[in-house]
Amino acid sequence: MDALILTIIATSIPLLLAAIGELISEKSGVLNLGVEGMMLSGAVGALGAVLWLGNPYFGILAGGLSGIFMASIFSIFTINFMTNQVATGLGLTIFATGLTGLAGAPLVGKTIPSLPKIEIFLLSDIPMIGNILFKQDLIAYLSIAIIIFATYFLKYTKPGIVLRAVGDDHHSAHSIGYSVKKIRWFATCFGGMCAGIGGAYIPLVLTPHWSEGMTAGRGWIALALVVFASWIPWRIIVGALIFGGITIAQLVGQARGWPIPSQILSMMPYLATIIALTMISGRMSKNKSIVPASLGKPFVDSQ
Amino acid sequence: MFTFVPRDKVSKNWVIVGPLVSIFFTIFFGLLIFTFLGYDPLETLYQVFMSPFSRIDRISDIFVKACPLIIIGCGLMLCFRANIWNIGAEGQFIMGALLAGSFALLFPDVETKFLLLIMLVIGFIGGALWAFIPAILKTKLNVNEILVSLMLVYVAMLFIDFIVRGPLRDPMSFGFPLTKPYPEGALINKIPFPGIGFLGQLHYGILIILLLIPLSWIFINKTLGGFKITVLGSAPKASKFAGFKENSITTTVLLLSGGLAGVAGVVEVSANMGQLQPEVSFGYGFTAIIVAFLGRLNPVGIFFAGITIATVKLGADNAQMAMGIPKVVTGLFEGILLFFLLTGETLQKYQIKWNKVK
Amino acid sequence: MIKFCMRIFSLFALSASVFMLLVSSSFASGHGGTTKVGFVYLTTPGDHGWTYAHELGKQMVEKRFGKDVKISVVENVPEGPDATRVIRELAKQGNEIIFTTSFGYMEPTLKVAKEFPNIKFEHITGYKRSKNLATGNIRFYEGRYIQGVVAGLMTKTNKIGYIGAYPIAEVIMGINAFAQGLRSVNKDATISVIWANTWYDPVKEADAAKVHIAEGADILAQHTDSPAMLQIAEKKGALGFGQSTDMSAFAPKAQLFASVNNWGPYYIKKIEQLRNKKWSTGDGPDHWAGNVWGGLDADMLTISKFQNMPGDVAKKAQKAVNDVKTGKVNIFAGPLVDNTGKEIIPAGKTLDDGALWGMNYYLKGVNGKIPG
Repeated sequence: MDALILTIIATSIPLLLAAIGELISEKSGVLNLGVEGMMLSGAVGALGAVLWLGNPYFGILAGGLSGIFMASIFSIFTINFMTNQVATGLGLTIFATGLTGLAGAPLVGKTIPSLPKIEIFLLSDIPMIGNILFKQDLIAYLSIAIIIFATYFLKYTKPGIVLRAVGDDHHSAHSIGYSVKKIRWFATCFGGMCAGIGGAYIPLVLTPHWSEGMTAGRGWIALALVVFASWIPWRIIVGALIFGGITIAQLVGQARGWPIPSQILSMMPYLATIIALTMISGRMSKNKSIVPASLGKPFVDSQ
Repeated sequence: MFTFVPRDKVSKNWVIVGPLVSIFFTIFFGLLIFTFLGYDPLETLYQVFMSPFSRIDRISDIFVKACPLIIIGCGLMLCFRANIWNIGAEGQFIMGALLAGSFALLFPDVETKFLLLIMLVIGFIGGALWAFIPAILKTKLNVNEILVSLMLVYVAMLFIDFIVRGPLRDPMSFGFPLTKPYPEGALINKIPFPGIGFLGQLHYGILIILLLIPLSWIFINKTLGGFKITVLGSAPKASKFAGFKENSITTTVLLLSGGLAGVAGVVEVSANMGQLQPEVSFGYGFTAIIVAFLGRLNPVGIFFAGITIATVKLGADNAQMAMGIPKVVTGLFEGILLFFLLTGETLQKYQIKWNKVK
Repeated sequence: MIKFCMRIFSLFALSASVFMLLVSSSFASGHGGTTKVGFVYLTTPGDHGWTYAHELGKQMVEKRFGKDVKISVVENVPEGPDATRVIRELAKQGNEIIFTTSFGYMEPTLKVAKEFPNIKFEHITGYKRSKNLATGNIRFYEGRYIQGVVAGLMTKTNKIGYIGAYPIAEVIMGINAFAQGLRSVNKDATISVIWANTWYDPVKEADAAKVHIAEGADILAQHTDSPAMLQIAEKKGALGFGQSTDMSAFAPKAQLFASVNNWGPYYIKKIEQLRNKKWSTGDGPDHWAGNVWGGLDADMLTISKFQNMPGDVAKKAQKAVNDVKTGKVNIFAGPLVDNTGKEIIPAGKTLDDGALWGMNYYLKGVNGKIPG
C-alpha cells in the first residue's frame, strides 16, 4: 500500500507544480496554453544541467530557468506585443517541442543520478505517514512550500492582492497606478518556473532519461487542474492527487483484473473537472464569477 | 521604449505590410538558425516556403492539408468574433467523424447517393452536440467555455479510442484498432482531371471550402445574424442595449462552429482514411485556432492563413526528404513564424509610439 | 513596390519550378548504379525502441551498399493522410523501394502502391499486400519465450509484471509465448498484464512498472517503447527485459537481456533483390501478417548479452535459444489450455501461424482477461 501511495504522489507532483504556476499566471489574467512546452523545456534543461554539472540539484535550478525562458518568450509576445494569448500559447508549445527536440538530441541515451530522498529528522520515523510524507525529494517538499506560499501570497500580501486585481479588472488596476504589464510578466514567469520544475521532475526523479515529447500531455492536464481547483491553491493538491490516483488506480485495476475499460476510467478526471467547474460556477454566478475576469484579454496601456 | 496606440481603423497599408514584415523577421531568424545548425539556409527556405508550390500536385496537396483547417477555422471565426472562446474544435471534429462513421458502418445499405449527404448532416449534428455542452453550461450556469470545451477534447479522444478498439473494431483486423472500411457510398472521391488523372489527394471535399468562404463572408457582412455576432463581441453593452439576445447568439455560434468542425471531421475521414482509427485528427482543431487568428477572423484571411500553415507543414516534410533536416528544426521554425505572424496582426491594429528613454 | 515584389516572387517561383523539373527528370532517366531508397518513420529515431531499431537497419544498409544507395528518410509521420502524401512524394522523387515502418501506414502504403506499379513498397508489420507491396515482420514472440524461461528461473516471488501497449494479436501472442517459456521451467509463476494504451509514454510506463512491483512482481517485461520500465526496475532492485533495442545503458543492473529487432538483414536482402531485378513479394500464406516473418533463425530477431543472472541460468537460456532456432522446441505445441481451463489444442498438435494472428485468449499462466 505504501508503495502505491508513493507512486500516486510521485506521478502527481509534475501536475501539481505546473498547475500552481498556471494558477498564479491565470490569476493575473494571463491564460498560457503553453504549459506543455514549458514543462518540456524544464525537462530538457534539467537533464542537460545534471549531465554537465553532475549534481542533481542543479537540475531543479536549470529546470526552473528553462521554464522562465519559455515564459518570457510568451510574455514578450502576449504582454508587450499584445498577441492573442490562446494562439500564442499553442504556438509556444509548437516552438518548445521543436527547440527541446533540437536541444535534447545530444542528451538522448544518457542517464543521470536521481534526486536523493531527504529524510526529515524524527518525522520520518512515524509509522506509515513518515515513510510517505517525510522521505521525499526536495522538489516534493518544494511543491508543497510553493502551494503554501501561493495561498498566503494571494490572500494576505499586498502584491498578491494587486496581482488578483490585475487579473480581475486590468483597467482599474492600471488607473490606480499599478503596472499591469510588469505584474503579468512576473506572474507568467513564475508560472514558467513552476512548470519548468514540474517538467524537470520527470527526468530528475521519474524516468532519468530524455526523449522527445516525454511529458506526453501532462501540461494539458495541469490546465484542467487549475479549473478543477477553481483557482484555489490548496485544492490543486487534492486535484493532482485525484488525477494521479485515478491514473494509478486504473493500472492497479488492470494488474488485479478489475473489469472496467481503461478509457472510461481515464475519462473520469476530465468529466469531474467539468462537473466541479459547473458546480462552482453555479454557486458563484449570483455573486461574482470565480474566474479571473480579465483572463485571456490583452491589456493596452494607452486606453 | 515604445508603446502601442490603437488605430482608429485597421490600417490598409499594414494589412499588406504587416505579414511581409512578419515574414521578413521569420526569414531573418530562420536564416540564423539554419546557418547555425549547418544547413544551407537559402535551400532550406526554398524547401519550406517554395517547394510546396513547385508542382501542380504538390499545390493540390496544400489544399487538401488546408481543407479541414479552413472549414474549422470558418466556424471558430464566428465564435471568436462573438468573444466566445471555443477551443475544443478538436473534440467536435472527432465526434462528428465518429458519429457519421458509426452511421456508415452500421447502415451500409443506405441508398449510396444519399449516404455521404446523410453523413455530413450527422457529422454536423455530432460536432454541434459536443459544442452544445459548453453552450448550455455557459448560458445557463455561466461556466467558462474555454475550459469546458478543452476538457471535452480529451473525453472525445478517449471515447473514439474506446469505440474503435471495442464495439466497432473490424473482426478481421487481427486485433488492430481499425473499423471496417467504409462502404463505397461513404467515401469522398478524388477529383479526376481529364488528361492528367488525379492530382495528389485532391478530392471533392475541397468544394466545401469554395462554398463555405463566400457563404460565411456574406453571413458576417450582409446579414443581421452576422452583425449581431460582431456587435456582441466588440461592444457587448451596445448589443445589450439593442436588445440582442446574448444567450441565443452564444448558443448559435457554438453550435455552428462545433457543427463545422464535425463536418471537417467527416470530410477528412471519408476522403483520406476511409475507416475510423483511434487517431483521426492530428491536432487540426488546435491548429485551426491559430488559423482563425492569423486570418484575422475573416473568411478570406482564414483561407490564406490555412494555405500558409499547410504550406509550411508540407515544406517541412520536403525539407526532410531533400536535405535531411529533422522535423524538430522545422517545428522550431514554424513556432517562430507563428509568433511573428501574430505580432504582425498587432501592428495592423496598433501604432507604435516611441517614447524617450527616461 | 508591392507589384515589384510580386514580380520578383513569381520570377523566383518560375525559376524554382523549372529547376525542380530539371532535377526530377534527371532522376527519372537512369541512375547508373545507385538505388534510391525511401524510409518512413513514425517518430524521431532517438536511441532506443522501435524506430531506432529501424534506424540501425537503415545504417546497416548504408554500410553494406555505400554509394550504391541514396536514402531519403522522413521521420515523425503521423499515421493518417500525411503518410499517404509523404509516401507518394517519396515515390515521385524516384525512390525505387520504399519501406514504411509502422502498422498504421498500411492503408496509405496500399493506396500509393496502386498508383505506382513500378515502385516496390515494403510495409512493416501489416497484413495487406499487392503485386508491388510486400510485408515484412519479425517473430517477436520467440524472444518473449526466452524471456519467459529466464523469468521463470530468476523469479523469487513467482509474480511477473508485463506491460503491454494495446491488446492486439501481436502483443497477445508475445504474452502467451512468455507464459509458455515461463511454465516450461516454473509451473508456479504467473503473469499479470497492465495495458498502457500507448506505445510511448515514459511516465505512464514507469507508473505501471511501479504498480507491478508494489503488487509483488520481481521480474518485469514490456511491450512498449521507452526504457522507463527498466529504469524503475533498476531503482527498485527488480529485473527486466529490454525492448526492440539493447537498453542496458539505462539499466545496467536490471536488464537480463533484450530482444533486439534486427531489420538490417531484411532490408539488405530486399534491396539486393531489387538491384538484381529479382524482387518479389515472396509467397507467404495470406492469413498471417508478413510475406517474410523471420525470427531467431533468420537473424531478424537477436538476443543481447545475458547479464545479471547466474551462469547456469544463462546456459539454460542459451539452450532455449538454440532449441527455438533449430525447431527442437515449438513454442505453441499442444496440449494448450487457456487461462479459463478451456482446451485450445490437444497434445500432438501445434498452432499454425494463422492461429497465432487470431489469438484472443490468454494461455495458462496469465492472469485476468483481455479487455475489449
